[in-house]
Amino acid sequence: MASSGLELLWVSAPQLLTGIGRTLGISLLAIVFSSIGGLAYGVLRNLGIRWLDTILLIYLEAFRAIPVLVWLYLFFFGLPIFFGWSIPGFWCAVLVLSLWGISETGEVVRGALRSIPRGQREAGLAIGLGLPGLYGRVLLPQALQRMTPPMINVFTRLIKTSSLAVLIGVVEVIKIGQQIIERTYESVLIYGFLFLFFFLVCYPLSAASRVLERRWSHS
Amino acid sequence: MNFDVDFALSTLPAFLVAVGVTLQVGLIAIATSLCVALINAAIAVFEVPVLKRLVRLYVELARNTPLLIQLFFIYFALPSIGIRISGFASAIIAMTFLGGAYLTEILRAGVAAVPKSQIESGLSIGLSRWQLLRHVILPQAGILSLPALFANFVFLLKETTVVSAVAVPEILYTTKNYIALYYKTYEMLAVMTGLCVLLFVPLSLLLRVVERRLQHGQFGS
Repeated sequence: MASSGLELLWVSAPQLLTGIGRTLGISLLAIVFSSIGGLAYGVLRNLGIRWLDTILLIYLEAFRAIPVLVWLYLFFFGLPIFFGWSIPGFWCAVLVLSLWGISETGEVVRGALRSIPRGQREAGLAIGLGLPGLYGRVLLPQALQRMTPPMINVFTRLIKTSSLAVLIGVVEVIKIGQQIIERTYESVLIYGFLFLFFFLVCYPLSAASRVLERRWSHS
Repeated sequence: MNFDVDFALSTLPAFLVAVGVTLQVGLIAIATSLCVALINAAIAVFEVPVLKRLVRLYVELARNTPLLIQLFFIYFALPSIGIRISGFASAIIAMTFLGGAYLTEILRAGVAAVPKSQIESGLSIGLSRWQLLRHVILPQAGILSLPALFANFVFLLKETTVVSAVAVPEILYTTKNYIALYYKTYEMLAVMTGLCVLLFVPLSLLLRVVERRLQHGQFGS
């Protein structure tokens, strides 16, 4: 059983790797977009422009309050009929995960920026820095330590949530696993493998986040 | 693209049942998760040798894997080794597995935040370990962790949408079912969105209030 199980995984490796690539592809793209978008969100919320704050807050509430799977269905089934845009499942997942990710990372960046003493901002402005210089050279570098651990936590949540893509028909690692099960009935082995796969990707990240949090909480 | 109001209205009774199922799954899972977390917190406080490590392992496993995989494992993989569990029961078990781990972490942080002097004075006036937990640690840790606990209750309620994947007839499953049966995508998405907004947005706003309130109401501050 054990050897035949390993054999099955070995024989299925090319297929599984394609699926893993697709899953990690969705996750990585969402992580990149969430990081960039989150920085933009945090800075924009930090500027203190009333009407912009209102819009961003509504966006934040919408994506935090409504479950990701609802957004996935809404975009996947809704975009074609509301706007006539037919969007492939893969990109639909990237889009929804990024929008949700930005609502999470954005709040992290905003909090980190808010924790920097006012004096830094005033000093930056006093020496004649413009907004790009102020944020790029003074505020964001200082906020980096504070925001990195929670950012990494958002990344692991993005990776875990990318599993939902299978529910809108994306052929990622879970779907590939299900196809193998249909052929071989080795459901314990395959789901065990999937469980382990996600754990091996996410655990190092959450461990790193914890270590960084502890190390940087003293400084 | 016409909005078939009559059709949308005709599905409302079914959707009301679906909301009931969502709440049922969510509330049961919250209760069972809390039980698991309390037991785990007690194990941590009493420093039970082997169990303590097992709890750590469980928390890491549950927190670093997706609910969907946990759910699929219970619903699709366990039957092949002779354990057959209904969709509803699978949903509760999977959500308890996940929620129990999250709530354990929160209670653990809450217990850690109770000042050491509290525990020492409890021990010095001769309280047993159990009395210490019951009368000194848990009441304080509970208050300290309330905002985080509440945030996770809301999180678990939102996670119930995932159990639609194992045919539990909650809101999303009902939506997909109607779309597949009648092709009324437009109407069903509208009903789904409406219900989710009604259900989750107030909770999310309430969460904000709770967090703000309890920040100032902490014991001893």
